[in-house]
Amino acid sequence: MPYDYEPFEYAPPPGLKAKEPQHKVVIVGAGPVGLAMAIELSNHGVSSVVLDDNNVVSVGSRAICWSKRSLEIFDRLGIGEQALAKGVTWKVGRTFHRDHEVFNFDLLPEKGHRMPAFVNLQQYYVEQYLVERAQEIDLVDLRFLNKVTAVEQTDDAVHLRIETPDGEYGLAADYLIACDGARSPVRGMMGLEFEGELFEEHFLIADIEMQGNFASERWFWFEPEFHAGQSALLHKQPDNIYRIDLQLGWDTDPDEEKKPEKVIPRIEKVVGHSDFRLDWVSVYTFQCRRLRDFVHGRIIFAGDSAHVVSPFGARGGNSGLQDVDNLGWKLAAVLQGRAPAGLLDSYNRERTHGADENLRNSSRTTRFMTPADGIERIFRDQVLRLAGKVPFARGWVNSGRLSVPCIYPSAAPDNIRMPKATRPGAVALDAPHGNGWLLQNLGGAPRLLAINCAAPDLGLDVLEVEETPFLRERYLGDAAQAFYLIRPDQVVAARWIEPDAQAVRAAIDAMWEGRA
Amino acid sequence: MSLIETDNLPDHDDFYAELLATHRGLNEAQSHALNARLILILANHIGDRAVLSRALELARETV
Repeated sequence: MPYDYEPFEYAPPPGLKAKEPQHKVVIVGAGPVGLAMAIELSNHGVSSVVLDDNNVVSVGSRAICWSKRSLEIFDRLGIGEQALAKGVTWKVGRTFHRDHEVFNFDLLPEKGHRMPAFVNLQQYYVEQYLVERAQEIDLVDLRFLNKVTAVEQTDDAVHLRIETPDGEYGLAADYLIACDGARSPVRGMMGLEFEGELFEEHFLIADIEMQGNFASERWFWFEPEFHAGQSALLHKQPDNIYRIDLQLGWDTDPDEEKKPEKVIPRIEKVVGHSDFRLDWVSVYTFQCRRLRDFVHGRIIFAGDSAHVVSPFGARGGNSGLQDVDNLGWKLAAVLQGRAPAGLLDSYNRERTHGADENLRNSSRTTRFMTPADGIERIFRDQVLRLAGKVPFARGWVNSGRLSVPCIYPSAAPDNIRMPKATRPGAVALDAPHGNGWLLQNLGGAPRLLAINCAAPDLGLDVLEVEETPFLRERYLGDAAQAFYLIRPDQVVAARWIEPDAQAVRAAIDAMWEGRA
Repeated sequence: MSLIETDNLPDHDDFYAELLATHRGLNEAQSHALNARLILILANHIGDRAVLSRALELARETV
């Protein structure tokens, strides 16, 4: 069934009649990042106005692969169950070179996590769920067909001009968060440009509806016979929609390649028959670049407006949600006077670090898929050759590295007897907890997690637990007991074996001040 | 000690990127020469005749 693109309701905003009081936060863009941002801020008690120049969800599947961390974030936003129930999980991946299968792998789910490693789910479903959730929340004021035409910043506010079907009006807010995508109009209005390695490539992206029992697997081709010299990817999504990504090369004409008479024969070659319906086609041009700074006074960039990567490795939507995760509690703390405005510098520091890791990974994948002639191509082809024969080389085949949260650099208290995976700067790992899950119990407030010990009373919420095999593996290591300070975004802030009230207090201060 | 044929190099993506970067700007003959030197350096480091023979055999079989 094709997705039903139902328009969202537009209502004339109050600002058309009378000047609105200054808002706390204005979010520009009601894509997954902007919507998630508004809901996350409401989780921390902060109201926001979300402006979007459109009134439907995004057309076409776009971001489809949502990582474990994104699913955990969705859970906190209230759409985790829906995303999990609707999403498709593939386990088997097959890699082909020219006309033969080089190897396949079966991703066994990791035990003791509520969420799988990822699900495939079209971006329009994610947006629909987030809009429905946002509309239930009083703190979120969602305004469709509200197009920002001008942005100006003063010492104590951001002023916007907005166009609607009923005319123009102005808004002011303490902060503006630009979640308006790769071509960010806000970025343009501020005269800011992306920096970094310019790395350009064209991909044809198509959704097709296909009945029948085509396997729920990921198929990746290097230099397939049906698409000489390039790469191709086939993925299953819900509703019998399959996503096909075909690399076109930089010197192709996007408008020409999008024509059905060019697209359909190509897809017939991929799937081996013509029994499908073309649902959506787009040519995706990407660069691997980012803004030097994500925070510009009272204007903050998150998601694609701040950084753009290649589509392989699922680092666009997922990294945008991690921006949301990082920024929500910090901006709330600044607005509510719990933290100095300097805390926002740590958003800039941590998320530019995360963006660099994503850029590095996606550039490497792109380079593996499109090696330069000469030695690069020789190495690439020989990795593929060895992969058919020697197990180690399979891991070297790079058709996209699944997005996992980066580990923020941190000099906070640590103890090397404890597991590396949960060191300060890392996102806390999930584990079964009673009848539920650890991350759900950590929630979105700062927490002291005490395992096999009692926590000192320092005015923070405490979670005291007895060890389990999963907690031993993920949190204790060799230690008899452990004591973790966990930030509202569930990142480990500091940890000890023997908690010392004074050291913990200092770490709590460092957390609110955003010190690394 | 026998030749390790399963994954043994942490962060091999990083190594692969460094390997390509080391070749950048070289012509074909220079790249061949670099690869030759690299093999000799690594062979000396490995220092195990049986392992090296198996590695040579495996590389040759894959031709």
